[in-house]
Amino acid sequence: MQIDMKQPILDKNDKLAKNNRELFAEKKVFVLDLLASPGSGKTSTILATIEALRDEFNIAVIEGDIASSVDSEKIKAQGIAAVQINTGGACHLESDMIRRAVDVLDLDKLDLIIIENVGNLVCPTDFDLGENMKAMILSVPEGDDKPLKYPGVFQAASAIVLNKVDTLPVFTFDKDLFYSHIANLNPQAPIFPISATSGDGVEEWANWLAEKIRAL
Amino acid sequence: MHELGIMTGVMESVEEAARNAGATKVLEIDLSVGVMTEAVEDALRFAFEALSEGTMCEGADFKINMIQPVSVCLECGNEFEHDRYHVTCSQCGSGFTQLIAGKEMQIDSIEVDIPDEDDSAEES
Repeated sequence: MQIDMKQPILDKNDKLAKNNRELFAEKKVFVLDLLASPGSGKTSTILATIEALRDEFNIAVIEGDIASSVDSEKIKAQGIAAVQINTGGACHLESDMIRRAVDVLDLDKLDLIIIENVGNLVCPTDFDLGENMKAMILSVPEGDDKPLKYPGVFQAASAIVLNKVDTLPVFTFDKDLFYSHIANLNPQAPIFPISATSGDGVEEWANWLAEKIRAL
Repeated sequence: MHELGIMTGVMESVEEAARNAGATKVLEIDLSVGVMTEAVEDALRFAFEALSEGTMCEGADFKINMIQPVSVCLECGNEFEHDRYHVTCSQCGSGFTQLIAGKEMQIDSIEVDIPDEDDSAEES
């Protein structure tokens, strides 16, 4: 006997993500899911973004890592609420983990939650967390060919931050080629070249994000 | 990379649907998976082989229908097929396009073996 199912494979995650999205909308909190490789400068970019936006918005961070609380400690040291999720080996965050993490945050007092997903250019792409948008960071040392190797994450992102542009002189990173890959893969996504450590370009990225948060 | 996790969910759903129908064996599983997802066909097959061992799904015909990407241009209305890397309109070159197929991850249907009613009556 044939049984018609027509059931989304990630049904459970998608339903919980929908609940998250409704909760965030009700509380008027903008949620950004940030994807990138390990070592691309996610935490530094988040810290620089917080610095640029903290006068206008109340911000919290959810840190996803396989292990350790190194990243959340860095955020807390700046006086920003941070929740650490340790996935214990899992390669991405799922919507139920986000739900448990936001339960310890006071959503009524927040305007922006930044989720730092597990450092990985593959798995987090397919998982809806209930966020308003996904954005991604690529750093110059990773190479200009990454959009060809990991197209999914570059397509899932509503904005692409190109970090560590201060190292362009020492790496063979062809910026024009990188931009042309993105123009083919995801022509609607703006690219923000920044250096999270020197602060170059952070203002443009932060202003763009602030517009999205205000528009909520 | 996360295919094992994905397939664990698939197996749970399939076995639940099969049991609810009174089936004792799953003969076939049909999935649709879009090319624009991060789920790799070979890895899904490998995960299925590993997870189905000793279950009612063991030996089932595991079919994956890979869905090719299709987008529609929001400027000129052109509907076009494309590969994973190029989503700009094939007609007018606009970047304002929207993916309408190629992101699927769905269990379409399953084929199950249900014991004869007489047999199940005897059992109960």
